[in-house]
Amino acid sequence: MTAKIGYDDVEVGTELPARTFPVTRATLVRYAGASGDFNPIHWNERFAREVGLPDVIAHGMFTMAEAIRVVTDWLGDPGAVVEYGVRFTKPVVVPDDDQGALIEVSAKVAAKLEDNTVRVDLTATSAGQKVLGMSRAVVRLA
Amino acid sequence: MALDQSFVGRTYPPTEPYEVGREKIREFAEAVGETNPVFTDPEAAKAFGHPDVIAPPTFVFSITFRAAGQVIEDPQLGLDYSRVVHGDQKFAYRRPVRAGDRLTVTSTIEAIKSLAGNDILDIRGEVHDEAGEHVVTAWTKLVARAAEEV
Repeated sequence: MTAKIGYDDVEVGTELPARTFPVTRATLVRYAGASGDFNPIHWNERFAREVGLPDVIAHGMFTMAEAIRVVTDWLGDPGAVVEYGVRFTKPVVVPDDDQGALIEVSAKVAAKLEDNTVRVDLTATSAGQKVLGMSRAVVRLA
Repeated sequence: MALDQSFVGRTYPPTEPYEVGREKIREFAEAVGETNPVFTDPEAAKAFGHPDVIAPPTFVFSITFRAAGQVIEDPQLGLDYSRVVHGDQKFAYRRPVRAGDRLTVTSTIEAIKSLAGNDILDIRGEVHDEAGEHVVTAWTKLVARAAEEV
């Protein structure tokens, strides 16, 4: 479990490379199959509207999986993630077109902790709305 | 109707082992767009000191959430799942989940709250491997939205 980033190489405020992740209806169908979450709000527009949603929405766990990629791609070794938590604040609405939606993720080092670990705070937005809150990872650096 | 507070602290029996397969990890990694070979190539995983391919950090949710079904579907608890949304999710890892793991989950109700007519349920899932070693803990907050006035 060795990250390629050294503890001494980062400071509070160090920014990780930001990423934008596209999501289409096809992405959601694929994620439903891989994760086993077949809740129809993630693929059936009629059902989603019946329960008061504006349209089909992405799985919260899909957004959570995308956001941490900013951290794990920076680390090199995803096994260096010690803790990861999020709050689902707004849904990612995915229209039925070729573009779908975009999830924009940025992250920065928020605190240097003991045992070569640091806390990274993440920000995830879609269509200008914050979709994850309290989104934090603790990772072990080299 | 508010959920019964006496369920706080209740622990459900451990699940039958879930066997983590390389191809299931690959399928999940591809579904979330991961390209890191540590998820698909055992040699790449070994280069980082892992005995086999590891799973992306959120992979284990599929296992813990299935286990949480014991709580969600407990008729005595009486949660209205049709009104449930996922509020928070957190993981604390002792080590990454990897291919070959046989994982059991023990679910505990950590808290039940009622806020503005919403029922809020905190479930902790402790994940152990075949040797009984702790692998990861997952905390899931579910919010059952208040039923509309009739």
